[in-house]
Amino acid sequence: MEENIQAAEPLTVEEAISRLQQTEDLGQRYYAAWWLGKFQVKDQRALDALVLALDDELDRTNDGGYPLRRNAAKALGKVGDCTVVEPLVKCLACPDYYVRESAAQALESLGFPEAIAPLNRLLTGGVDAAVKCEGKPHLVEPYEAVIEALGTLKAHDAIPLIEPFLAHSVPKIQYAAARAMYQLSENPLYGEKLVTALQGDQLTLRRSAMMDLGACGYVQGAEAIAQAYAENSLKLIALKELLAHQFKLDQQELSPSSLKVMELMDSLL
Amino acid sequence: MSTLDLIQAVESADSASKLFQAVRNLASIQDVAAIPILVQVLGFNNPGASVAAVDGLIGIGEPAVTYLLTNLDDYNYGARAWMIRVFAGIGDPRSLDLLVDAAREDFSLSVRRAAAKGLGSIQWEKASPHEAKSAQQRVLESLFLVCDDGEWVVRYAAIASLQSLANINPDFQPKITAKFNQLLANDPELAIKARVKLALLARGNF
Repeated sequence: MEENIQAAEPLTVEEAISRLQQTEDLGQRYYAAWWLGKFQVKDQRALDALVLALDDELDRTNDGGYPLRRNAAKALGKVGDCTVVEPLVKCLACPDYYVRESAAQALESLGFPEAIAPLNRLLTGGVDAAVKCEGKPHLVEPYEAVIEALGTLKAHDAIPLIEPFLAHSVPKIQYAAARAMYQLSENPLYGEKLVTALQGDQLTLRRSAMMDLGACGYVQGAEAIAQAYAENSLKLIALKELLAHQFKLDQQELSPSSLKVMELMDSLL
Repeated sequence: MSTLDLIQAVESADSASKLFQAVRNLASIQDVAAIPILVQVLGFNNPGASVAAVDGLIGIGEPAVTYLLTNLDDYNYGARAWMIRVFAGIGDPRSLDLLVDAAREDFSLSVRRAAAKGLGSIQWEKASPHEAKSAQQRVLESLFLVCDDGEWVVRYAAIASLQSLANINPDFQPKITAKFNQLLANDPELAIKARVKLALLARGNF
């Protein structure tokens, strides 16, 4: 995450689009879809080609997955507009879990409220239905991504659906629920739940709670982030999210809260 | 325990966590005799131990810089990255060239970040006034370039350093203010705009 060591093969926009449109070389298509998102290409032909790739049937994994669709959904989350919401919503019903997850994340970053109702439907059955998918390393639905998206999309109606997930057995899903509940209610109780998670004994979970604190903008958690036992580079990313959130809230003026966050960030450089 | 005992504990550590503990103990006494072994630890690929060694070397200060500068060619990339952090933490003017290069060109963003931060905390009193003047000009120009880094965190560090450079050398203030205003208008990151505002406020330039 910290070091982007991927040396991307340079393409022109035209090359990337035509590589995505051809069907001979699947590797080239997969790479082109990633490339268009990575370099945030805003081009109608690219959008059309990416949307088309969401229905691809050629690129399949051994267990039936759709790798090109996953990449296309991710890219659309970065470059899409309101016209791609509908095709992405359709992906929420794709048999491939990872396509559903990528689509939920893309819909979160695009930010259109039309995605709320279809995302809500993935939480049907609540915590009882949120069990491991047999024979797979994941649960039946991408709950973390769905809950995070609903929080970001300000889906207040989803509060009763999300709240029970605070007690799900998977810590990352609990954190996603706490993050969303804080975004939707601004009740510090949920922010504090994430602060407590920073004390956990697993580094990956501490990192996850830290990123969730940053994402939900719980500025009272800044000091706890700075003190957490994790690498400075990640603390800086989480604090940067808090700072951006606070600065926006303060109409781009400085406030005691944003000054405090910057003081902490300066000390971590 | 004597320094020698502490050094032996580092040498005989047979696990990552023992090594970390031993290095931390050795680092805490800030004895110049510990420099060579602390420097050796930087090349061990044990991040916990390296952080402890960096802290120890920063605590020792100037003699650690002397040692590192005379043995530069011996280090692999990993060790050099940690070394830049040591230089950034000490701020000895003799390490300025390395910090400037690292801030502008290092492959790792965390090294660029540390180097950019270090450029704002150079101990200028250790350089002659004449040397300081031209070196500060170089630091100014380098930090301006670093303000265009693709990674926000490197730009953030450069802004913090420009803020302190403006205090050190008031002649630079008009140029730095102009650069800050440019960043305020153009930087895509809100967090960067916030930090620029703080830097401008700190200098009463609103």
